[in-house]
Amino acid sequence: MSADHLLEVDDLRVSFATEEGVVRAVDGVSFYLDAGEALAIVGESGSGKSAMSLTLMGLTRDTNATFNGHVYFEGSELVGASESALRHIRGREIAMIFQDPMSALNPVYRVGEQIAEQIRAHERISKRKAGERAIELMTRVGIPQARERAGAYPHEFSGGMRQRVMIAMAFSCSPRVLIADEPTTALDVTVQAQILAEMRELCRESGVALILVTHDFGIVAEVAERALVMYAGQIVEQATVEELFEDPQHPYTWGLLGSVPRLDRPRSARLPTIGGSTPSLLNQGSSCRFAPRCPHVFGRCEDVPPLALQVPGQHEHRDRCWLSVEEKRSFRVVEGAIGLASQGGSGS
Amino acid sequence: MTRFVVRRFLQALIVLAFASVFTFLIFQVIPNGNPALRLAGRTATPEQIAAISRSWGFNKPVYVQYFDTMEKIFTGTVVSYSQQVNVLSQIRQGLPATASLAIGASVIWLLWGIAFGLLSARRPRGIVDRSLAAFSLTAISMPVFVVGSVLLYVLAFRTSLFPNGGYVPFTQSVSQWFIHMILPWFTLSLPAAGFYSRVFRSNLLETVHQEFVRTARAKGLSRRRVVMGHIVRNSLIPVLSLWGLDFAGVIGGGAILTETVFNLHGIGQYAASSIQLLDVPPIMVIVMYAAVAVVIIGAVVDVLYALLDPRILLNA
Repeated sequence: MSADHLLEVDDLRVSFATEEGVVRAVDGVSFYLDAGEALAIVGESGSGKSAMSLTLMGLTRDTNATFNGHVYFEGSELVGASESALRHIRGREIAMIFQDPMSALNPVYRVGEQIAEQIRAHERISKRKAGERAIELMTRVGIPQARERAGAYPHEFSGGMRQRVMIAMAFSCSPRVLIADEPTTALDVTVQAQILAEMRELCRESGVALILVTHDFGIVAEVAERALVMYAGQIVEQATVEELFEDPQHPYTWGLLGSVPRLDRPRSARLPTIGGSTPSLLNQGSSCRFAPRCPHVFGRCEDVPPLALQVPGQHEHRDRCWLSVEEKRSFRVVEGAIGLASQGGSGS
Repeated sequence: MTRFVVRRFLQALIVLAFASVFTFLIFQVIPNGNPALRLAGRTATPEQIAAISRSWGFNKPVYVQYFDTMEKIFTGTVVSYSQQVNVLSQIRQGLPATASLAIGASVIWLLWGIAFGLLSARRPRGIVDRSLAAFSLTAISMPVFVVGSVLLYVLAFRTSLFPNGGYVPFTQSVSQWFIHMILPWFTLSLPAAGFYSRVFRSNLLETVHQEFVRTARAKGLSRRRVVMGHIVRNSLIPVLSLWGLDFAGVIGGGAILTETVFNLHGIGQYAASSIQLLDVPPIMVIVMYAAVAVVIIGAVVDVLYALLDPRILLNA
């Protein structure tokens, strides 16, 4: 593949050998990321989005995991790269922020030390200088009295402040890419928006490309320019954020959009849900992954649809559904808004 | 910190009071427990026994006897019934052997347990892990008196590679001291090392899956730094606190079997022989000494624990 994009993922597959069989957590995912842009990866738990984001940097630790496909960072292959090669990418070129900042920080080290430790892993710099840098970074991410707080331990911080520490750490070596895996899910609702906005702003001003993994469409709209919707290890739809919100093509996307609570409409008795649950990733058949939960299933759904350009004029917009664009546009409107029709009866 | 020290001091006093009262009472209700019978010898007349009872104060009410004994203990004048020697000087004589055993063995079993734990955790359920698990279970279930006796028989009696028990003071000859301590150290360490390696292994395997380890890798740290600085560092905390308490047990005279098998004349062996003779004063003193040792070392462990894990508060 070409080195045109900063990060390019090509037919990435991650599977885990378990006692019950092979679990295909990531099943042929391809996408790209350009310098400075923000890409959202959306999906429910179990859709493979976290497994994929961990795999980008070779952080999936499971000895039963097998990886196929390619991840190119500035043209060089990361899948199967040596630990020492990956070590120079991790933290320095691609940084990562995790969901729960409490458990993501080591409880027995001071936060300043933990930031400085990353700097010293990539630069020949004295402990004292790295410590000073850590304090500057903490100030930059909005931690008040950073000099004193650098000497505190993670448990002495609030959830939002801990996540700011993680953000400071992520930015400490001026990475090219930041992968944020549900960075605000574990936080209080009141600080979620703030942290997100600050993180986005930091990325913008330092030209860092962002991959935001989330299940929350509200966050996607605020932060990203493009989005991928993942379901059962595959991308089911990818588009610019405007296209995705204005003209969503995949029934699963409709369901996700329909289940976001909206303040601008009269509240229905129950928040709409997608019937059923995410499928087991074990021994997937050859039919469309979403078919068992889809109210619009028909004959062709026995084959997995390709991820294809279907909407005329939308060159970034691909989806995996056999319905025609006209059918989709008429089916997706439920009670005057985008949503997924309920399946009727017990739903199978 | 002051609050912590004061609290621990009060705790020690309470433990001492309970331990001494219970020990004293046990020997009041034990059959044939009357020390006058043994002090008087085998052919004593009832008059002689009564006279001894009077002179030693065994005819006084129990609580008076208890406080008399406690007073003698704290003024350092308590003597044993059996040999009528000063108990505190006996303990002082036994302390070097017991301390040599405790310090040496506990360092050995800690390092041994850490090494085997690390080797086991490298590849869980691999061949090394399974072999070391088998070794550990065998080591844990081997009674000290069997291991000690077999070692003495094979290495001291049959082949004379090692001395046949006994203790040589450090101040007298360092090399002799060392040679005399090797077998006791090994014998006492063996089951503890087996246990510690299993505990450390499971701590390591638990820590490996902690999210901060994933963060450490995502930061681009070297493998060595991830393992030593994050996995091992955090897994050691519970092992070290366990170690402190086990050490307290041995230094408090708890290694009775090892001291007896190797005839070290330490505090544990003194306790064992005193119990055989139903000799209350030394037993009281040793119980109280052990209690103080456990409380003091327990406090030291707690301070260390708070230093190693900042989430622990001493005053909590």
